[in-house]
Amino acid sequence: MAESGKIDPMHQFAIEPLFGTDHLSLGGFNIAFTNSALYMVAAAVVLWIFVVGGMKRELVPGRWQMAVEYMTGFIKSLLIANVGEGGKKYIPYVFSLFMFILLANLLGLLPLGLVGLHPFTFTSHFTATGVLAIMSFSIVLAVGFYKHGLHFFSLFVPHGTPLPMIPVIFPIELISFMVRPFSLGLRLFVAMTAGHVLLKVLAGFVINASNAGVGFGLTVGSASFILMIGISALEVLVAVIQAYVFALLTSVYINDAENLH
Amino acid sequence: MPQIAQIAETYSSQIFWLLLTFGFVFFVVGLGMVPKVQATADARDAKITGDLDAAKAAFARADEAEADYRIRDAESRGAAQAMLAKAKAEAAKASEARLAAADAEIASQIGAAEARIKAASDAAMAEIETVAADAARDMVARISGVDASDDAARNAVKAALAHG
Repeated sequence: MAESGKIDPMHQFAIEPLFGTDHLSLGGFNIAFTNSALYMVAAAVVLWIFVVGGMKRELVPGRWQMAVEYMTGFIKSLLIANVGEGGKKYIPYVFSLFMFILLANLLGLLPLGLVGLHPFTFTSHFTATGVLAIMSFSIVLAVGFYKHGLHFFSLFVPHGTPLPMIPVIFPIELISFMVRPFSLGLRLFVAMTAGHVLLKVLAGFVINASNAGVGFGLTVGSASFILMIGISALEVLVAVIQAYVFALLTSVYINDAENLH
Repeated sequence: MPQIAQIAETYSSQIFWLLLTFGFVFFVVGLGMVPKVQATADARDAKITGDLDAAKAAFARADEAEADYRIRDAESRGAAQAMLAKAKAEAAKASEARLAAADAEIASQIGAAEARIKAASDAAMAEIETVAADAARDMVARISGVDASDDAARNAVKAALAHG
């Protein structure tokens, strides 16, 4: 491992403060502007530019406006399918969530390493995905208790549960409900981390095999490289699917809060 | 794993910047711009639906007008046919009358002509009788030397002519 130790597949997840903001703090908490924060800002700015391009509000849309309206229409139909007509008021939140995660995933996949930059995927950090998951979960709780009051607890007693089963069913349902923010946040974090680690490990194979000699480079190296091409395409798909899953599960949970059963 | 190894020193920065950027996305993009984009799309959908409805209504009106036109067409066709039949009948009646008049005319002319022919043939017959009676008298005088009376000769000729 002495030679391959030079290539650390986990180093890509390291957070480094940028522009000498190491000790920037707010109320005693460090808020250094890191590479992770840079990519969050990038995702927000790219999303803003994307939506601004669709603000021409023409009756006959151009391509860009069409693309933006397609995305909002996609989120709208997702919410209507899962929540019903009452789901329309969550379009701004679910759209922001979906597009923010999608752009974070895709920007982290850009081959910026070719020009010397270090791409970073902040959705591979559970500190980031956890905040998003807790946000979605908080909305579910807030809407649920606001709309249904304490009656919201009947969510944990499915329809038609026999009375003697309730003491058993209730804790099970409660635990499965409480696990939601963890599964929501961890799913995205794990999927992004695993994909990026896999790509870096294969890239390490290519480099180390090539360094070990022409024979290794042409066999192991090229095989790994071909595999990387396929996995890169798969990672683009995963980036979209994970953003979709996050938005879909958020709308499914919102449905529980909106409509109970 | 930096996600876990660095958590103590980075969690606050991560949470702060995520809330800041996502807050910007949610309030500026999500709340500020998405409803406008959605409103544009909804307005377009409404316009398309309205236009389609208008087109459907116009189509129904056109169908109605066509049905109306067909009815009126059939009516005027019937009227024209009735008029035609009436005119035909009138013309037939008129020509029949004229034909009858012409027939009568022709019949009277034929009658007159027949009468003239009969008169001529009667005159000719009488002529023949006279000539035949003279000839008969001549023949009797020549053969028997008897001078037959005019009446006798005439009767004999009549009998011979009647027998053919």
